[in-house]
Amino acid sequence: MEFSNRYVLGFTVLLCLVCAFGVSTAAVALKERQEANQLLDRQANILRVAGLIDAGAKVSPAEAEEFFQTINTVVIDRATGEPTDIDPVTFSAHAESKSTETSDEVPDPHGRTQVSGLPDHLLVYEVTTPGKECFVLEIWGNGLWSTLFGYLALSSDLEQVVGITYYEHGETPGLGGEVDNPNWKALWPGKRAFDDQGATLIEVVKAGSIQPDKADWQVNGMSGATITTNGVSWMVQLWLGEHGYGPYFDRIRGKS
Amino acid sequence: MEKATRKILVDPLHIKNPITLQVLGICSALAVTVQLKQALVMAVALTVVLTCSNTIISLLRNKIPGSIRIITQLAVIASLVIITDQVLKAFLFDVSKSLSVFVGLIITNCIVMGRAEAFAMGNPPMKSALDGFANSMGYSVILIYVAFFRELLGTGKIMGQEVLAVADATAGTGWYIPNGLMVLSPGAFFLIGLFIWIQRSFAPELQEDE
Repeated sequence: MEFSNRYVLGFTVLLCLVCAFGVSTAAVALKERQEANQLLDRQANILRVAGLIDAGAKVSPAEAEEFFQTINTVVIDRATGEPTDIDPVTFSAHAESKSTETSDEVPDPHGRTQVSGLPDHLLVYEVTTPGKECFVLEIWGNGLWSTLFGYLALSSDLEQVVGITYYEHGETPGLGGEVDNPNWKALWPGKRAFDDQGATLIEVVKAGSIQPDKADWQVNGMSGATITTNGVSWMVQLWLGEHGYGPYFDRIRGKS
Repeated sequence: MEKATRKILVDPLHIKNPITLQVLGICSALAVTVQLKQALVMAVALTVVLTCSNTIISLLRNKIPGSIRIITQLAVIASLVIITDQVLKAFLFDVSKSLSVFVGLIITNCIVMGRAEAFAMGNPPMKSALDGFANSMGYSVILIYVAFFRELLGTGKIMGQEVLAVADATAGTGWYIPNGLMVLSPGAFFLIGLFIWIQRSFAPELQEDE
């Protein structure tokens, strides 16, 4: 059957409109539920990384809320480490980092994390559950294909890593996507985060190349995922360093 | 049942199976078959998309200009896949997270476009819907078979429940040592290869000439 050019054009436009209508209706109608799911997923990740629930365990929104009773969520000033009275519920460090008005340029060598800017404020979850006291920090940075968003938990004396987890990334399943692998995440707890002067020690090295004298703070990378592995190492060093949560840690050390 | 209808329904399960005979959709058959739960959700998602896309394409088949038919099929399929993905994110968040990109990749699953182009463009809607459904079942059967054995042999579990007592050296319990190969993609290749071998032994007419 022959169709005129005008028909083909008309058909294309109509098809696009119908498809766009279908897709956007689904997206808008389901948005609320999806956001609720994402929030719960982030909360569950915080609870897991802090060791409050088991790695594979699930929580209901009510249970999560109960756990969060013993977690102080604080927005801090990045430069001074002082707590602020910004409402943590509406605060987003990721949003701040995207606007030049609310962020600073990323100094070298941290440009390698491809973080768009250093936000003026950062979020800290101070876990006060007895026996499980720790700090959960937000970390993010680029891997190979995508920005990885996650949490890093440090013990309350800032000596050790309690855990690391990512709640959102678009790395290759089976390679970089292995950042989700419980076996890999299990390499992190107990590693030393800082040296005696407070400089960041922890780093991810090429799989199998941990040096014996540095085994306290080196983490084995994932083979086949060098770029993702570097991304993880770099973002941890950025956020634990003086341009990230450093001033906040200094305040904690000064207090104790 | 009418003979032609029967043929549409049964052939894709056996002598025209999309995975083992036409070797389509292998990518997701390797990727989402580590656990049975993922495979089941993937199978349902593909069934919904393929049945709907075949029906819609078939309804439009006399209206689609030949010069833009492939992109038209793609637009319909892509829209259906995105909607499916959105629904999964809203109602089955955990599974949708573990399926990651593979739901989105249904768009490029050769089975979906293959059936649209080869069947739905030339047959009425009812038949096309049946054909889409039957081909999804052919895909699902293989996916479930592969996932069943991969999860069982790889972790000793079915649907996350322990079936084979996994050996624990420190506790001194269990006897089953999980086969790590099954958790990796090559495990799926072995299982699909095995299936193809058995299938062709039972149906010699499927064997290619030397």
